[in-house]
Amino acid sequence: MHIHEEAVERHVLAVLVDNEAGILARIAGMFTARGYNIDSLTVADISEDHAVSRITIATNGPPHVIEQIIAQLDRLVPVHSVRDLTESGPHVQRELALVKVAGKGENRIEAMRLADIYRARVVDATTESFIFEITGAPEKIETFVGLMREVGLVEVGRTGVVAIGRGPEPA
Amino acid sequence: MAEKSGADILVETLLDLGVDTVFGYPGGAVLPIYDALYEHPKIKHILVRHEQAATHAAEGYARSTGKPGVVLVTSGPGATNAVTGITDALMDSIPMVVFTGQVATNLIGSDAFQESDTVGITRHCTKHNYLVKKPSDLAPVVQEAFHIATQGRPGPVVIDIPKNVQVAATEHGSNRARTNTRYQPQTEGDFKAINAAAEMIMAAKAPVLYTGGGIINSGPKASETLRELAELLGCPVTSTLMGLGAFPASSDKWLGMLGMHGTFEANMAMNKADLVICLGARFDDRITGRLDAFSPNSKKIHVDIDRSSINKTVRVDLPVIGDVGRVMEQLIAVLKGRRFATPELGEWWARITGWRATNCLDYPENKTEIMPQEAIRKLWEATHKREPIITTEVGQHQMWAAQHFDFESPNKWLTSGGLGTMGYGLPAAIGAQLGNPDALVIDIAGEASIQMNIQELGTATQYRLPVKIFVLNNEYMGMVRQWQELTYESRYSNSYSDSLPDFVKLAESYDWTGIRIEDPADLESGIQKMIETDGPVMVDCRVAKLANCFPMIPSGAAHTEMLLTEADVKGTMDDQAKALV
Repeated sequence: MHIHEEAVERHVLAVLVDNEAGILARIAGMFTARGYNIDSLTVADISEDHAVSRITIATNGPPHVIEQIIAQLDRLVPVHSVRDLTESGPHVQRELALVKVAGKGENRIEAMRLADIYRARVVDATTESFIFEITGAPEKIETFVGLMREVGLVEVGRTGVVAIGRGPEPA
Repeated sequence: MAEKSGADILVETLLDLGVDTVFGYPGGAVLPIYDALYEHPKIKHILVRHEQAATHAAEGYARSTGKPGVVLVTSGPGATNAVTGITDALMDSIPMVVFTGQVATNLIGSDAFQESDTVGITRHCTKHNYLVKKPSDLAPVVQEAFHIATQGRPGPVVIDIPKNVQVAATEHGSNRARTNTRYQPQTEGDFKAINAAAEMIMAAKAPVLYTGGGIINSGPKASETLRELAELLGCPVTSTLMGLGAFPASSDKWLGMLGMHGTFEANMAMNKADLVICLGARFDDRITGRLDAFSPNSKKIHVDIDRSSINKTVRVDLPVIGDVGRVMEQLIAVLKGRRFATPELGEWWARITGWRATNCLDYPENKTEIMPQEAIRKLWEATHKREPIITTEVGQHQMWAAQHFDFESPNKWLTSGGLGTMGYGLPAAIGAQLGNPDALVIDIAGEASIQMNIQELGTATQYRLPVKIFVLNNEYMGMVRQWQELTYESRYSNSYSDSLPDFVKLAESYDWTGIRIEDPADLESGIQKMIETDGPVMVDCRVAKLANCFPMIPSGAAHTEMLLTEADVKGTMDDQAKALV
C-alpha cells in the first residue's frame, strides 16, 4: 500500500488576532493538530493600544487544504479576520535576513561585490568576517544566501515573511 | 462596592447565569470553590466517582435539557481525567463549561504538586479555553465562556483557575451586565443562497434530506421545522447517529439512519439521489463510506453553522452558513413565496419502496439464545410510550440501539458519536436523569463498555437516581470481534471479555436491583420487571455471543457495497481497507 500525496501551492495569509496569552500556541497548534504546514510565521502587535496582533503565515497545501486552513483559523475565538493575500491579488512580501560570511582574500572581495549587487548592507565587520543585512522578497534572499554559501557562509537568520496587499484598502 | 473572593465571584456568576447543577470532584486546588459552594445550596453539586464521569454526566444533562453542562474538577489528575469527556463534547458539539483548579500563579511552571498544563493540554480539545490570572477577570471570562459554549456550533470551554485567584479578593458589584462578546456567529442564512437552494429543490426529481445533530442543537423548534420542510418537499429523510429523534421514526418519509450501520434504503437513496440537502451534519467518514463513490450524481446543499465544515471532506454545490433551524424557516418561506407545490416524486418513491423491501434490519431467528436485536426491539415495545431517554456506550449494542430503537422526538437519544467513547452511557444517564427527574432513563450498554465507568453506580445510588442499565452481555468487545471476523479471518486478539463480574451481585453491592435474563422466554418479563422496579436497576441480558451488526458498509467501501447478512462476509480485506478505521 502506498500513501498518496497531492500537489501543493504556497499561500500567504494575514491574520488579525486578539493579542492575548496563548494565541500563538493556539494557532501553531491548530496547524500541527490538523497536519497543515507552516513555512514561516511572523507576529507582532500592530494597534496603538497593543490589543491586536497581525500574524503573517506562509503555508503550503493543495487548494482544498488551504480553504480548510482559512476556515479553521477563522473559527478560533480570538481571530478577528483571515485574508488570503495570494488569492486576493497583488501584494508585497518582504523578509529580512542577517547573513554572516567569513573568509579572506578573493572570497571576501567577492562577498562584498555580491552584497553590493543585492543591496545588502554591512552591519558588522571584522578582518575576516561580515554580517550583511538584506531585505526583499523571499526568493531574493534565497538567491543571496545561495551565493554566500560559495564564498564562506557561516550562519543565517531570517525573519520569515511579512506581507500586505497593494492599493489603498486594508487587508 | 464590596470586596469578594474569586471563589465567591465564580459561584455568584454561575447563579446569575442560571446554573443549578454542577458535576464535580473536589481536590486541593479547588477547595476555595467547594467552600463557596457550601454557602450556596441553590447550586446542586453532584459528586461523581471519577472526573471523566463528571464530563459525561454534564454532556448527558446538556443533551437532554438543551442547557450547558457544568463541571468542576481539581488541578493535575482532576483536569487530565476530564480530558476524554471534554474531547467527546467537542466532537459531538455539546455545550459544556469545565472549571479546573490550578496551582497558585507563582507556582505555575515549577512542576508543583498536582500541577498540569491544563490550558496547554485542553487547547485542542476545547472550543476555547482560559487561564484566569486575576479575580477581577473571573466574571467576564465566565460570562464569555457560557456564551461561546452555547452559541454558534456548541462545544466545551475550559476555565483554569489558580488557587490564589480563588482566594484573593476584588471588588464585585451589583452591576453585572454582560460584557460585549467578540464571538458572534452568523445564524441567518444568506438570502441569495436560500433562493439558490429553493431553485435546486424545485428542479430536483430525487431529493433526500440528510440531517444531523445540528438540528438537535438548534433546539426543539428546529425538529418541528424539519417535519414541516419534509412535508413540503415530499421527500425522504435520513439522519446521522447524532441526529436521531429530530425526525419521527414513525413517519412514512423516514428511511432510518444512514452510513456504516445505516439502512440499505437510506444509503441507496443517498447514492442515487439527484439532490442531497445536508442539514446540520458534517459528511463524517462513518456516513460517506468511500469518498469518491459517495452520492456521485447529486447536487449537494450543505447548511451548517460552522464554515469549516463546508467542503471539509465532500465538495458541495451550495453552502449555506447559518443556524439550521433558522435556515429551514427561511427556506420554507422562500419556497412558499414562490408557490412551490409539493411534488409527487412517484418514480423516486417507487425505487425507495424497492430498497425497503430488502428488510435490511431483519436478523436470524433464534429459539435458544436471545438475539441482541430482539432484546432492543422488546425494550422499545415495553417503554416507547413513556418516551424514554436512551443513552448508550459504544460498540455493537450502540448500533443495534440506533437501528432498532425508534425515536419520535429530539433530546431522547444520547450517544457518543464522534469520539466513540466507551464508558459514556452510565454517567450520561445520570446527567440526563438529573435534568429530567421524571423521565425513564435507560443506558443500553455492553458488558465491556459498562466497566469503563462502572464506579458511577455509586453516584446514582447517592442521589437516588432511578436510572436503568440494560447490558447486552455477549462476553466480547463485540464490535472489535466483528471487525476481526470481517478483516482478520476471525483471529480474536484480545476481544474476549474475560473475568467478568457477576453483574447482579455487583448491582446489589451498590444497593441497586440486579436482574439476569438468560432465556428468550424471560426477555419480556425481565424488561417489565426492570421498568416496574423503583430505583436503579441493572439488567444483565445474556445474548447470542457471535451475532454481528448488519447491515454494514465495510471500511473503504461505497454505499452500494453493503454487507446485508453473514453470507456477504469474506473474512479478509486489502491493506487499503485495513488502514481505514
